[in-house]
Amino acid sequence: MDLTYGPEYNAFRAEVKAFVDANIDQQPKPGDGPRSPAVRAWQAKLIRNGYHSRTIPEAYGGYGAEPDIIQSRIIAEEFSAAQMNTGFSGQGISMLTPVLLELGTEAQKQQFIRKTIHGELIWCQGYSEPGAGSDLASLTTKAELDGDEWVINGQKIWTSTAQISDWIFCLVRTEPEAPKHLGISFLLFEMNTPGIEVRPLVDMTGAANFNEVFFTDVRVPKDQIVGQRGQGWQVANAILGHERGSLAPPDAAMSRLNGVIRLMQQETIGGARAIDNPVFRDRLMRLQGRVMAMQYNDMRLLSARINQNQDTKLAGMVVKLIGTELRHEIECLGIDVMGEIGLSYGDNPYLRGNGSWQYQYMYFLGLIIGGGTSQIQKNIISERGLGMPKEPKLATSGA
Amino acid sequence: MEFGLSQEQILLQDSIARYLKDQVPLDEVRAVAEDPERDQPIWHGLTELGLAGLIIPEAHGGVGLGLLDAVVVGETLGYHITPGPFLSTAIMAPSLLIAAGQTDRLADIAAGRYRVGIALSEAVGARLDAGMAVSDGRLTGKALFALDAMADAYIVNGPNRQLYWVDSEGPGVTRTLLTTIDKTRTLCELKLDQAEATLLTDDPAVLQAGLDAGRIVQASDSLGAAQCMLDQAVAYAGQREQFNRVIASFQAVKHMCAEMASQLEPCRALIWYGGHALSEGNDPARLTVCHAKAHLSEVAQFVARTSTEVHGGMGFTDLVGLHYWFKRIGANRQLLGSPELLREEAARIQMLVA
Ligand SMILES: Cc1cc2nc3c(=O)[nH]c(=O)nc-3n(C[C@H](O)[C@H](O)[C@H](O)COP(=O)(O)OP(=O)(O)OC[C@H]3O[C@@H](n4cnc5c(N)ncnc54)[C@H](O)[C@@H]3O)c2cc1C
Repeated sequence: MDLTYGPEYNAFRAEVKAFVDANIDQQPKPGDGPRSPAVRAWQAKLIRNGYHSRTIPEAYGGYGAEPDIIQSRIIAEEFSAAQMNTGFSGQGISMLTPVLLELGTEAQKQQFIRKTIHGELIWCQGYSEPGAGSDLASLTTKAELDGDEWVINGQKIWTSTAQISDWIFCLVRTEPEAPKHLGISFLLFEMNTPGIEVRPLVDMTGAANFNEVFFTDVRVPKDQIVGQRGQGWQVANAILGHERGSLAPPDAAMSRLNGVIRLMQQETIGGARAIDNPVFRDRLMRLQGRVMAMQYNDMRLLSARINQNQDTKLAGMVVKLIGTELRHEIECLGIDVMGEIGLSYGDNPYLRGNGSWQYQYMYFLGLIIGGGTSQIQKNIISERGLGMPKEPKLATSGA
Repeated sequence: MEFGLSQEQILLQDSIARYLKDQVPLDEVRAVAEDPERDQPIWHGLTELGLAGLIIPEAHGGVGLGLLDAVVVGETLGYHITPGPFLSTAIMAPSLLIAAGQTDRLADIAAGRYRVGIALSEAVGARLDAGMAVSDGRLTGKALFALDAMADAYIVNGPNRQLYWVDSEGPGVTRTLLTTIDKTRTLCELKLDQAEATLLTDDPAVLQAGLDAGRIVQASDSLGAAQCMLDQAVAYAGQREQFNRVIASFQAVKHMCAEMASQLEPCRALIWYGGHALSEGNDPARLTVCHAKAHLSEVAQFVARTSTEVHGGMGFTDLVGLHYWFKRIGANRQLLGSPELLREEAARIQMLVA
């Protein structure tokens, strides 16, 4: 057990700190939209200095550093301590870029990565369909080759950010005769291609963050495919792994829990602070212990990426399931300590934290469902983590 | 940076596990349940492996390992529900004596010549009229649920959180075994009437050091016991058939197992950090220890119940002996502070209690 990062990292940390100090006042403001000049300039500055897209090769617009997990961790720690804006995230950066780096053609890397990491291309993920959610491989949106073009027909649903995206990475069925997992391809195309219709769906938070997306004879150049025909399932799974763990990072949960502590010190019930109520305090402490366990679990996972001999398979598998449910409960406690005030939403004058308690409470229910539901996570944990058998298939079901 | 067990710690764990599997199988545990004295030869065997002196410095005849090593061992003993006074004699007594600067008895403990019991329940939360009074350096009063009914001496909590050493055979000392659900370790009532007592310390920080060490090792015991119950559930589900298929293929059963695993696995890192932080004096060691013991109590209780359910009626019988793990976990939950008391202590450490 050695929890120090080693003296060789002291200079690096000092460098990061100096950058944070010098630039903390130049961050974009909360209201600046993703396409505003301020946000774009900030993103470019982060990349130029190695604080975003750090290990992406310079040839594709990144900073081009050798991968060093501790350096990445130090950057994250210093940015988070100063509450410094960490630049763009989003599905193009977190999910598509890693896949292009691994499986894209040279031309695709050249064409997309630089613009994506600089926030000039916003992407959405077109996987789920009305008939294909947990059973994603049963998707039916089809693409047929007509000369040098794919012709796409079908419908996607729950497509986050589709209403503001420039491009989509999309799973479509190209080999209808093949077994279901082997008949899917991974296509990239522009959202302004004729034949695409986006209809926003209002979610329970009241916002319209996800959409239905309809495709009618959408024509896409033949080479806009990642991997081979029929390999789309493998390509998609390479990125689902990237997505899951990152949905509920424990450090964010702890900082949110600290927010609950501050709230409990400020809010009063019958004149007494909520923190002085032993029942609420017990709930708070119980959550703190659980978050702490997830933080050390995270350290263990970090360590396993550096020390190859450590077996953390199960420790990694549980993060999405436990992390999203834990976060939902933390937001719930924030609401409960406020009682009726906790119901406030929108323009209510008693609103706390800009309405984030109710918003996050609902948002994390969305994350319990999205990215593979809790039930699907439990299937995976029991089968791949504990070696329990798959459920027998019904004789009537397809391949 | 390396967060995990060292090669030596893994070897230590493996060698003790192998010994326990061969020498202290469930039948031995059953024998101790019938006759508590049967834990003596088991403890003797473990002493020969060095367990009594595990955290005692080499200068005093011990192995000189730290609390992270102790939680590694504690987890293994919990996994095999090993009977005996490891927690009291090998962990808490040495921690208290070392913190008090009283090192002359350490060599005897390390050599297995002494079993030292721990009578600190009243320091955590006194029940009924239990407690001690001092007059002329002698102790009078009652300590409830002291750890180890067969100890040669006890470390006893005084009225102002001082600690005293009391010989079991001394005049005015009466000891009564208190039967509990957990038959793998013994608890007793200690009645003192003008008993001779040696003051070890009047510094309350010493008591705290002993409780911290005891709690993290106790939590590791629950981790091990719960891990074993999970492993038994998965194994049983893999061979028991109903409706013409193994029950492990029913999703309800799989999800019970997945829930146990996903709650339990992160506990491992929490326990390791607690042991490490106590050894190194890192922050926030005490807070982590409170949370580790409280959280493990909850998670292990959930596992104990769920694993029993996975076994169906068989889980409820004496035949597979699963109840020994269930009861061990239940006892660990109450000893040295129940989860509610520990969470309140965690809040107090952070100055969240008015
Ligand atoms: C906030 C949010 C954002 C999203 N963003 C995107 C996006 O950008 N792109 C995209 O493609 N998709 C997105 N999704 C879709 C998401 O991936 C799906 O909602 C999810 O995979 C579940 O599919 P479903 O909604 O069809 O539910 P269903 O699959 O119909 O599930 C309904 C219930 O049945 C259970 N169930 C289903 N199968 C099993 C099984 N085998 N065993 C046990 N229980 C089962 C589920 O756990 C669930 O409780 C998003 C979803 C949410 C909530």
